[in-house]
Amino acid sequence: MTPQHLVIAPILIPLLAGAAMLLYEERQRRVKFAISLGACVAMLAVAVELLIRAKAPSGGSLIGLYLLGDWPTPFGINLVLDRLTALMLVLSSVLSIAVLVYAWGGWQGRGQHFHSLFMFQMMGVNGAFLTGDLFNLFVFFEIMLAASYGLLLHGSGPERVRAGMHYIVINLVASLFFLIGVSMIYGVTGTLNMADLARMMPDLIARDRAMVQAAMAILGLVFLVKAGIWPLGMWLPATYQAASAPAAAMFAILTKVGVYVILRVAFLNFAPGSGASAGFGAELLVVGGLATIAFGSLGILGSQTMPRMAGYAVLISSGTMIGTAGLALLGGGSGMLAGALYYMLGSTLGIAALFLLVELVDRGQSAVAAMLALSADLFGAPEDEPEEDQTGLIVPATMTILGLSFAALAVLLAGLPPLPGFVGKVVMLTAMLKGGVSGQAVAWIFMAALIISGLATLIALLRVGVQTFWAAADQDDPKVLAVEIAPILALLALVAVLTWQARPVMRYMEATAAALHRPEVYISGVLTAERTQHRREVAE
Amino acid sequence: MELILALGIGALVASGTWLVMRPRSFQVIIGLCLLSYGVNLFIFSMGRLRIGAAAIMPKGGVVDPSLYADPIPQALVLTAIVISFATTALFLVVLLASRGFMGTDHVDGKDPKR
Repeated sequence: MTPQHLVIAPILIPLLAGAAMLLYEERQRRVKFAISLGACVAMLAVAVELLIRAKAPSGGSLIGLYLLGDWPTPFGINLVLDRLTALMLVLSSVLSIAVLVYAWGGWQGRGQHFHSLFMFQMMGVNGAFLTGDLFNLFVFFEIMLAASYGLLLHGSGPERVRAGMHYIVINLVASLFFLIGVSMIYGVTGTLNMADLARMMPDLIARDRAMVQAAMAILGLVFLVKAGIWPLGMWLPATYQAASAPAAAMFAILTKVGVYVILRVAFLNFAPGSGASAGFGAELLVVGGLATIAFGSLGILGSQTMPRMAGYAVLISSGTMIGTAGLALLGGGSGMLAGALYYMLGSTLGIAALFLLVELVDRGQSAVAAMLALSADLFGAPEDEPEEDQTGLIVPATMTILGLSFAALAVLLAGLPPLPGFVGKVVMLTAMLKGGVSGQAVAWIFMAALIISGLATLIALLRVGVQTFWAAADQDDPKVLAVEIAPILALLALVAVLTWQARPVMRYMEATAAALHRPEVYISGVLTAERTQHRREVAE
Repeated sequence: MELILALGIGALVASGTWLVMRPRSFQVIIGLCLLSYGVNLFIFSMGRLRIGAAAIMPKGGVVDPSLYADPIPQALVLTAIVISFATTALFLVVLLASRGFMGTDHVDGKDPKR
């Protein structure tokens, strides 16, 4: 692959790997695992390379562009690489490696085609990050969702099928709304290219502008459903709770796809200072974000089980992101957004690790419950069921390691020092005090919500942690394989590195947030970069 | 023609919406189908309604685009039809699995107490 074509690699690698694995029998898990792991590592390598490229752009353009079929820009489908895209690509591929290694411990064998579905979901996620075209975004959304339906049902069982049915219906209806919004935009403006649309946005006549804004609102609805905002996110905790641990951990990135698209579309079209539509829907995003944080905080306090808490932690995280996006659209400045992006890295990795960890802890508890039930039935010692495929090093002192990891995750998600949750929140709060929204009532409310949600998370997680790790004396140590605990520890280590290397990471985030505030760079990058490339090819 | 199309879309979407909110999973799937028909017609109408106009232009030479129908919404509809067809088929499988597990076709997996 020549350097220019590297932009499409994050879509092609999982597509080819996923398709190739369909040729192998379900029993050949070793081969499948090797292929998927290779693909994920390759994706990470490509993503890091793209990140470096997005950071230090060559050829004068601040964004990378890839034209599929080499059609000129407003007509053909294009892929666009900028800082935000590269960041999300790195995040998703890091997560995919951790989850994949975890699934090697046993989950991969509890259903059909785990690895292929996993790869197709990665393809959809990466495609949604890269695409610069609204209809193509729909297609990648559908790929991602179709794979996620399969992943949610992975492992089967009545609970998953029931949650899956609700999840599928909600997302199918949301997809229909997506189509309505996209076709309305096409009907009015005659383009589906995001950059082209954003270029037209300030010059639309009033009647057309109202139509496009209505279409954008319909699209926003879809992305907000995906991000799980209140009141559209009622399905989220139940669904994520029902999903198997690796699937739920991967779903942590799906809500962030919704957040990413909101950031992308809103800042391209409605960035502060972009004509008559500037700040469209910003108030709604702020209010929705606040309501989501409140709902998530209450939910996490009211939950009895750890998986459910993790589900509500997802809501708090995406509520924080959406609310900050709204405040930034209102003119809150890029510093706040940079803090939020930094927070997002930590919280996404943390929530994914929490979903993985929770399943390991629950495994011990369900073993006890199963033993009680069995002994009541048989009046004898239960047989140890040898779990299939569970070969490998079993970790000693399991509960200690799990307990310490859990404590670290609680600290991370609650936003206590020294982990990135704290750093991100501090940056957000300082920027809110100094930036364009300082002193406004909404900024104070948002700050309060941010701090209180952290407190609620801390109380809830500590309560369940004390119950699980200290009070339960009769609990068996769950059998945990090294490959299952290693991804969690690796994610935690990565999060620690984020704090340690906070300065370069934060600098990247600041540049990303600043770039989001200058949509004209993106627009002219997409609309003019094509011409130079075309000219060069003509010259050749 | 506009009126007929608008009424048709309205009727499809209205019945689809009502059916999606019904408690039986079969009603939900029929509702989703009707909704997607309505949406597909809506996408189609976004290219403006034309009678007797081809969507494909002849090769070479300068053509007057106003004599042709807009091909893009037709391509979009095709994609949308394929995708909604596939996801509906997938939903059908989940529906059957749910019926097998729960023994009822209620969307919540259990019949409400009468």
